[in-house]
Amino acid sequence: MGTLTEEIFSYKLGRTVEQGETVVVEVDRVMSHDTTTPLAIKAFRELAQQNDGRVFNSRRSHIVFDHIIPASTIAAATLQRDVRSFAREQDITILQEGICHQVMPERGYVLPGDIIVGADSHSCTYGALGAFATGMGSTDIGVAYATGRTWFRVPFTINVRISGTLPFGVYAKDVTFEIVRRIGVDGANYRAIEFTGDLVEQLSVSERFTLCNMAIEMGGKAGLVAPDATTREWLKGRTESDYPMLAPHRPDYERIVEIDASQLQPMIACPPDVNNVTSVGEVSHVAIDQVFLGTCTNGRLDDLAIAASILQGKTIHPQTRMVVIPASREVYLEAMRLGYLETFVQAGASVGTPGCGPCIGRHFGVLAPGERALTTMNRNFTGRMGDPTAEIYLGSPATVAATALAGHISDPRNVL
Amino acid sequence: MGLVWMLGDNVNTDVIIPGRYNVTTDRSQLARYCLCEVRPDFAQQVKPGDVVMAGHNFGCGSSREHAPAALQACGIQVVIARSFARIFYRNAVNIGLPVLVCEEAVLSSTDGQQIQVDLASGTIYNQTTDQTFQAEPLDPFVARIVAAGGIIEYIRREGTLR
Repeated sequence: MGTLTEEIFSYKLGRTVEQGETVVVEVDRVMSHDTTTPLAIKAFRELAQQNDGRVFNSRRSHIVFDHIIPASTIAAATLQRDVRSFAREQDITILQEGICHQVMPERGYVLPGDIIVGADSHSCTYGALGAFATGMGSTDIGVAYATGRTWFRVPFTINVRISGTLPFGVYAKDVTFEIVRRIGVDGANYRAIEFTGDLVEQLSVSERFTLCNMAIEMGGKAGLVAPDATTREWLKGRTESDYPMLAPHRPDYERIVEIDASQLQPMIACPPDVNNVTSVGEVSHVAIDQVFLGTCTNGRLDDLAIAASILQGKTIHPQTRMVVIPASREVYLEAMRLGYLETFVQAGASVGTPGCGPCIGRHFGVLAPGERALTTMNRNFTGRMGDPTAEIYLGSPATVAATALAGHISDPRNVL
Repeated sequence: MGLVWMLGDNVNTDVIIPGRYNVTTDRSQLARYCLCEVRPDFAQQVKPGDVVMAGHNFGCGSSREHAPAALQACGIQVVIARSFARIFYRNAVNIGLPVLVCEEAVLSSTDGQQIQVDLASGTIYNQTTDQTFQAEPLDPFVARIVAAGGIIEYIRREGTLR
């Protein structure tokens, strides 16, 4: 009996676990990427006596190269060389085919009921498939690589109930902005968020990834959607393993937030905090130097499809640059087959290799002093995409595509 | 004894150490750019033993452990905030950077004041104003990690994670 989070921990530990308890659990998967692995290796090495120098399970340990791929500097290349050497030594396969939070689920490494820890704050994305997944720092991840375990205070849970239907031009990203606006940037600190309601049941797995991805933008430890037929269908062909279809059972939620999606409009999160949310109309005068479509929040096939439908046969504004980065190789290949990439290139966009791209301000679209970007990212923090005086606005893929055409923030309902 | 560096609410890890400067495990490199976006004078002028104070949600955003490591490499004795973002808090505890939650100390102190902190008891003394504050007690499990000096030392002592 309990929240989905309590059900998962109870299932794993074989006893009734309650929120607020501190538990040590075995993890199903451990993940780190090119930027966080070097410090995780350092922690792992310091525990050599406890683990005989080997990771707990090389098939359940995953290193994904996505943050600076291909390497843009000698420093990045050197760290990646060292991580490759560690991976060879530990018999870990390095995945270099897109963003960790897209690649892990695509490969069937995320299943309902799993407990997964990743050295990246957006590891909460995996909750969209009914896993309990959270981001940690490198030392915690080094410990998990060494021991196969971690400790948690089982979190209290906020239930976000989303009803209604998405109005024309409004997407899962806009719903997410409304949730952050309501809960605030630390309103879910130390807590899990469980998304339920008619609308959530109708959302695709890709849209559920968008919701859960931004749980951390409210401080959330995890964001979860209970697995259902949609989840099962998505996992078909990605895993041979059985998994439990756990669901909340008479949950005691700390707080319930009700959202009627039917009332929403396309929204923008203005710099420098994600809860600085307003309607597109309020900021439609803001000129934009660069738009970016991609990331673990919105770099999937449906996101690219929406943008391509808007840009089809058109050319982006001469004063605006556009960067498009599919979230994974699978997405890239499918977008190529369906002609989306050709649409983007014809429109004047730069299409990049699957990975995080300019989301962390190191390559492929860094901003100059005073420039403004509108992106499908999850964060608009000062300095995140380059110079600290550059400004980052966040929007849905449709809003980004409409803005690319107009040269200023633009309502997608005008061009859909 | 150290000087207060007072920061506001929602100081995120991108601000503590920007992504463009964290492609390294060299702590002196991290120290050099620590807080450069909001306090460009910080890295140059911070002295070992100084104290960072902040409002709510300190360390929100990315999971980069480079953020507490950069503050530690600058010689920061303790971070005292009204509240911490979860991942930052855990990272700081893991690497042995002391973190205390104390609403009153933050609200009653200002930049540049002299602070003395007794980490074992959580007592914070503002010498400039002659005021004493008591930080919130640690979670028992966290207290064990802190007592060991970090998660690595804790596991070495216990033989495993339990």
